[in-house]
Amino acid sequence: MSTQNRWENDPILEVQHLTMRFGGLVAVNDLTFRAGRGDVTALIGPNGAGKTTVFNCITGFYKPTTGMLQLKHRAGGEWLLERMPDFKIAQKARVARTFQNIRLFSGMTVLENLLVAQHNPLMIASGMTFLGVLGIGGYRAKEKEAIERAKYWLDKTRLMERADDPAGDLPYGAQRRLEIARAMCTEPELLCLDEPAAGLNPRESAELNQLLLGIRETEGTSLLLIEHDMSVVMEISDHVVVLEYGTKISDGTPAEVKSDPKVIAAYLGVDDEEVETVEHQLDVLTGEAN
Amino acid sequence: MAESSKAAAAGPDFGKAAKDALLSGIIAFALFGPLVGLRTAQNMNNELVVLNELGKALLITAIVVAGRFLLSAFVFPAIASRGKKSKAILTPEEVAAASARTRNVSRGALLFLLVYPFLMVLIFGVQGSIKWVDNFGIQILIYVMLGWGLNIVIGLAGLLDLGYVAFYAVGAYSYALLAINFDLSFWILLPLSGILAAFWGMILGFPVLRLRGDYLAIVTLAFGEIIRLVLINWKDFSGGSAGISSIPKVTLFGIKFDASPEGFAKMFDLPMSSAYYKIFLYYLILALALLTAYVTLRLRRLPIGRAWEALREDEVACRSLGINTTNTKLTAFAIGAMFAGFAGSFFAARQGFVSPESFVFMESAVIVAIVVLGGMGSMVGVAIAAVVMIGGTELLRELSFLKVVFGNDFNPDQFRMLIFGLAMVATMIVRPRGFVSARQPTAVLFERKAISGDLVKEGHG
Amino acid sequence: MTATNGSPLLAIRGVKTYYGNIIALKGVDVDVHPGEIVTLIGANGAGKSTLMMTVFGSPQAREGRITYQGQDITRMPPHEIARLRIAQSPEGRRIFPRMTVLENLQMGASLDGLKYFDEDAEKMFVLFPRLKERLNQRGGTLSGGEQQMLAIARALMARPKLLMLDEPSLGLAPLIVKQIFDAIRELNRTQGLTVFLVEQNAYHALKLAHRAYVMVNGVITMTGSGRELLENPEVRAAYLEGGRH
Repeated sequence: MSTQNRWENDPILEVQHLTMRFGGLVAVNDLTFRAGRGDVTALIGPNGAGKTTVFNCITGFYKPTTGMLQLKHRAGGEWLLERMPDFKIAQKARVARTFQNIRLFSGMTVLENLLVAQHNPLMIASGMTFLGVLGIGGYRAKEKEAIERAKYWLDKTRLMERADDPAGDLPYGAQRRLEIARAMCTEPELLCLDEPAAGLNPRESAELNQLLLGIRETEGTSLLLIEHDMSVVMEISDHVVVLEYGTKISDGTPAEVKSDPKVIAAYLGVDDEEVETVEHQLDVLTGEAN
Repeated sequence: MAESSKAAAAGPDFGKAAKDALLSGIIAFALFGPLVGLRTAQNMNNELVVLNELGKALLITAIVVAGRFLLSAFVFPAIASRGKKSKAILTPEEVAAASARTRNVSRGALLFLLVYPFLMVLIFGVQGSIKWVDNFGIQILIYVMLGWGLNIVIGLAGLLDLGYVAFYAVGAYSYALLAINFDLSFWILLPLSGILAAFWGMILGFPVLRLRGDYLAIVTLAFGEIIRLVLINWKDFSGGSAGISSIPKVTLFGIKFDASPEGFAKMFDLPMSSAYYKIFLYYLILALALLTAYVTLRLRRLPIGRAWEALREDEVACRSLGINTTNTKLTAFAIGAMFAGFAGSFFAARQGFVSPESFVFMESAVIVAIVVLGGMGSMVGVAIAAVVMIGGTELLRELSFLKVVFGNDFNPDQFRMLIFGLAMVATMIVRPRGFVSARQPTAVLFERKAISGDLVKEGHG
Repeated sequence: MTATNGSPLLAIRGVKTYYGNIIALKGVDVDVHPGEIVTLIGANGAGKSTLMMTVFGSPQAREGRITYQGQDITRMPPHEIARLRIAQSPEGRRIFPRMTVLENLQMGASLDGLKYFDEDAEKMFVLFPRLKERLNQRGGTLSGGEQQMLAIARALMARPKLLMLDEPSLGLAPLIVKQIFDAIRELNRTQGLTVFLVEQNAYHALKLAHRAYVMVNGVITMTGSGRELLENPEVRAAYLEGGRH
């Protein structure tokens, strides 16, 4: 069974022996896992297990103490992320991310947020600004294209009518969607989502599931997500990696992980009422999946 | 405590006001009692004696008590309730009308600027117009241009640069030295000065742009002082604190503004006057300032300008989107410095003399104040602030009529900075985010809406 | 026990709050009686957090009245409201990032001048063992969930009479969410702590609460006991199961 898994055969991301120390504190300890191409991979675990630290290593915000992070594009081309500065990882390796505490450009409009995301191609189109100031070259056409792409994502995230409002004025759920739209405007191969469902109600997280599955379907983007909302994790992920104290304690399909006693003890909880709660959440899911 | 807040909402609360007034009175007397109430003087025998002037101190204390009472009882509640009402009334239509008004005002202002010198000549005569064109027109426009230049760095990119005057100095000295030593024309040296200043902007930028906030501010401040101290001490190069004099003037297509037969006045058969040169300089700096405005407006709509503003909003998010934040900051620094360089070479040509005296920290502070007072990022706001600050200080020189009121001992110059400081404090209380705080979006899909200043961030350096 | 008789501890009457020109609360009435757990549920952007912030005086209500123990606190500055022993764990955590976990807890306890600090801190460590492990780490270096624990612990350190929690479950592992809700129930039962809870996690919140309010677009549309709302088909459709087809 496990040999047929996509993450074994065709990984987009290979994390090997990743260790991250802050002074004496070991946040991630010799972590090895793979994320399959086209998979939704979920990274779960108790608070402070080092999940966001792993994200920060993948996206270059931290330089790992040791370890290798290898990213392979669909079209070939390999990138060793631990050797690249953060903005190059976004620009060249095409890894986009969202943040746990939403980081939008709140004083800029929704549309502007999506245009900033297309900075690099637009920069080239504006002749590194020199031609753009003089009004020479094809910048205007390229900007139109960029606005079209922005509109495409505004439509997908149901933000079209808010396009000219400042991002800071949007309600929480809309801000979460805008952050995903902004990340998608960079046309990533791998999209890393840090707790995308946090603060969303069940209706909104169901909507989020559809959005994320749609992204994988139509764009072929691989997804890596940190999430505590089990309804999201269990419904959309193909592969779950569980961390505790910076080390991997379980790795497999959602069904495998869910029944793993180590995961139940460390994360999902053992006592009756908790099982009931988890079961309630799962019932809701399975009930409606049919 | 609760009673007082309730009462404040209902009407003037005299009990609370009396308490405030009493407290202020005690503090005032503690301060002014010894400072004003007791005065040392020499008597006939050259002995130091203490004169009792407690009456004066009591008078000051009484004024403070009365003032504080009026403020607490009437003025503060009035301000508080007015703030609430004015916010409640404003509708989106009114906001739109306000932005349309701003647009009309800026068009009108532009027209006024274009005819300003002729208006002055008409009113005050050729010779009389010099003061108004030079001291007011040119002086203000230099600061408008500097404000717009620094606005790129502080207002758009959110980098607090307290050493901006250094680049102004680089521009001025570039023109002065190159014009004297190599006999090059202003029109060649103008762009060259800008490029040199931009180059220095980059040199400064590389080491300091990894710093943020207060640290960046301190290092840029130090850089400004270093440039000035080098200019003072490297006498062989810059002439030291004596400065450089007889810097060549600007020519109009080779026509000089002097008394020679080929000069401007002779050529057009006009009576000799320095007013023509001043008017010419006025249009020159107006053109330079408008160039700054035009380029800034263009840049805001280009990816680099959006990246600057995004950087001000959230640097981490910028990096996650593949924006090279170091380069982005460097370009902001360099382009801001370039405009200071242009302004500097103009300044040197206009004065005919440069010395380190002109590039003290106070100048940087004034330019930063213009940007902050104007509303960070707003071109119109910065222009208004420059007019108010520079024009205002110049106008305060014209206060000699106050001698009629206060007697001949009154010297308005002594009070200039005091009045000016008070006015600034008052402005920041009434409009804490500057004259124009709303931000105009750079791209619109359906409808242009100004963004409230509350949402726009100021940057972290 | 639903202590709806007698005078409420916190009474919110006809409160309207604006952000600039935009109205966020359109006349809200909410009562919280002593010893009650009251929860406020609703979609994102409904105004739940705004109501919580308005009780704390930032922003102030433009119309209406908020009374606490019969005292009008509508126009009171936030620091004076805190002295009345109303503690808040605000949206977005708002811990002190450059202070250690210990210092953050001390800041929370500062009303009593650290008289009960050791005793109370020990209770917090039983509730959140993670905080004890991180005691000398700076707040800003904690993970998101750990910061959430710290924010709640800091609020509890003030020995509040009324505890206001804005989405305490945000970003927390299921196990911890359960522990927090258990702890709230326990504090309510043993010490009579009054709790006003804003939650996105409606299932847990309604199970915990004595009474609950539903807010839609700045207006209270429904109220009842936690059980009632949990079984109400409209609530179930909108906040518990909603949206899945």
